[in-house]
Amino acid sequence: MRRAYFKNNWIAALVVAPQLIIIFVFFYWPASQAIYWSLTLEQPWGGGNTWVGLENFRTVLSDPVYWSSIRVSIIFALASTALAMGMAMILALFADRQLTGYRLYRVGMIWPYAIAAPAVGLAFRFVFNPNAGLFSFINTIAPETWNPTLNGTQALIMVIIAGAWKLVSYNFIFFLAALQSIPRSLTEAAAMDGAGVLRRMRDVQLPLLAPTFFFILVINITDSFTDSFGIVDTLTGGGPARATDLMVYKIYSDGFRGFDYSGAATQSVILMGLVIALTFIQFRYVERRVHYT
Amino acid sequence: MADISIRSVRKAYGKDEVVHGVDLDIYDGEFIVILGPSGCGKSTLLRMIAGLEEITAGEVAIAGQVVNQMEPRERGCAMVFQNYALYPHMTVAENIGYALKVAGMAKAERIARVTQVATSVGLDGMLDRKPGQLSGGQRQRVAMARAIIREPRVFLFDEPLSNLDAKLRVQMRHEIRRIHNRIAATSVFVTHDQHEGMTLADRMVIMNKGTIEQVGTPEEVYDHPATTYVAGFIGSPAMNFLPGRISTAGRAVVLEGGARLDISAAAALGHDGLLVQVGLRPEQIAIAAPGQSGLPVRFDFAEELGSGRLYHFLHEDLPVTVHSDEKRRFAPGEPATLTVPPVAVHLFDAQTTQSLTAAAALAEARARVNA
Ligand SMILES: Nc1ncnc2c1ncn2[C@@H]1O[C@H](COP(=O)(O)OP(=O)(O)O)[C@@H](O)[C@H]1O
Ligand SMILES: [Mg+2]
Repeated sequence: MRRAYFKNNWIAALVVAPQLIIIFVFFYWPASQAIYWSLTLEQPWGGGNTWVGLENFRTVLSDPVYWSSIRVSIIFALASTALAMGMAMILALFADRQLTGYRLYRVGMIWPYAIAAPAVGLAFRFVFNPNAGLFSFINTIAPETWNPTLNGTQALIMVIIAGAWKLVSYNFIFFLAALQSIPRSLTEAAAMDGAGVLRRMRDVQLPLLAPTFFFILVINITDSFTDSFGIVDTLTGGGPARATDLMVYKIYSDGFRGFDYSGAATQSVILMGLVIALTFIQFRYVERRVHYT
Repeated sequence: MADISIRSVRKAYGKDEVVHGVDLDIYDGEFIVILGPSGCGKSTLLRMIAGLEEITAGEVAIAGQVVNQMEPRERGCAMVFQNYALYPHMTVAENIGYALKVAGMAKAERIARVTQVATSVGLDGMLDRKPGQLSGGQRQRVAMARAIIREPRVFLFDEPLSNLDAKLRVQMRHEIRRIHNRIAATSVFVTHDQHEGMTLADRMVIMNKGTIEQVGTPEEVYDHPATTYVAGFIGSPAMNFLPGRISTAGRAVVLEGGARLDISAAAALGHDGLLVQVGLRPEQIAIAAPGQSGLPVRFDFAEELGSGRLYHFLHEDLPVTVHSDEKRRFAPGEPATLTVPPVAVHLFDAQTTQSLTAAAALAEARARVNA
């Protein structure tokens, strides 16, 4: 069926133009610039660039430090996504059952999303501070146990928790909305069929949440690859010993502290490729298992 | 044995009371229809029986056991919802067999039962489909099968046919009645459609604004409505109402404007001078020539029904509808006289809206049946 909302094409063009301009200015233009830089060698103090083909990629990909950054990024993305989705799901299931105080709590849950990543990082710096933070109690029980400034694993855990926390509220809003759009009569029918609360969640509510689940998965994975700079910068600065040197952070430190513009541009292109590939895989293989109703 | 006894049951949402003390006895194996307009609390009452809604006050007992504090699954009721409430992500077979799965029945046995029940409601060959791929009637059957397979003591229906087109509705109505007869469970069926209620019910419960107006067989409710509300709600076209005053001496009711209608003696006794609403069923009124004794009227307009005709008259500017098989021609404004046999004149106290005639007539009718 042909939709005839717009009689004139130029009106349609006018309507979509702002969107197209924004996408062009903020995505296609920088992306094409990054690709151009990644294929050239830029002089650190200006003075033109020379075409080097795939040489930059060869350099970056043969660097074990870079591979360690990829590994850390993947661990971070998977762990923070899993944590954020799990927490948000549990909270949303509670809120949906309208346990007392859920209204207040629903509003309270939305606020963290409005906080900028560096602020999250700063807040967690206090929480995780080995001498004065909430986690310092670990050290009062067993001295010298908790110290993320020296222990790489602990530093990564800290970054994962902070990253997940930033996503929980966003996920929560979507999960709650999805849960509330499930007709009440479905859970009631399941109750009549003899299913208890947990059984109903498992057999009826969670499967019907699948489309939202999938959407959140894609968003969270992408987000944890591309939008974790602020947290790393304020919490660990990539350390200790590069234990939290996420790809997106490495781009910044190589480019603006190491003045390796071409290397940073190359890493940007690789990260972009990785995110696109991951999204593609998710659409290709995960979406198939999603029931749309 | 699954009789249901409902004692002074109330339901309030916050301060808002929507069911105001309902008493009702439903006998084992009976088909009860709860009939009333939208918003009168039918679903709420049904859901309190099912256990989906907390009972604010009063008591519901199934088979002699008070169920107020029981979970839905412990009550032995199955329910068919208005929008079917099929699980959209499960196949037809999974939908039907879900209760058995939850109960932990072995897979092979479950499949056998699902197949058997699906066949009994005409769903062969559909077992692997998802609800989204079914027509309205087929979904309705899945919902029925899902209820039947549990072999419940009590069947609860909340307007299960209201989403179907007219033809399918009649067909499913017949099937529901057949299933009820075959399974011999107690059925409670909620509807706002009087036709559906009349045709399905062993006994019907007429509700209005959270209270019961009358309980009786469809015939009793039609012949002897207990209140003006029931009288106006049951019967199509609706009963005519005219204000009047009883005159015991004349064994008549005198209408505004002076016209007199003869009434049976029992009804008139002891109510001399009482202001009443006179109820006349359109199908019990005969049209006679003008000038005879009866209700003088003028012709307004007619509606053709095919099987008969609806004649709309005016008596003192009040509309009076007559349903008649006779095909007659009237000119607009043409005078006529309407006659009604005394036993067909329903009298309701104008103040309390209670019938003066129903109680006595009902007692008499029941005595005749029992004799
Ligand atoms: N969950 C609820 N909260 C508040 N009021 C409700 C709720 N459910 C029903 N009601 C009110 O109770 C009354 C009866 O509703 P219901 O039993 O659904 O009527 P019916 O089924 O006869 O149409 C209505 O006025 C309705 O607005
Ligand atoms: Mg209802």
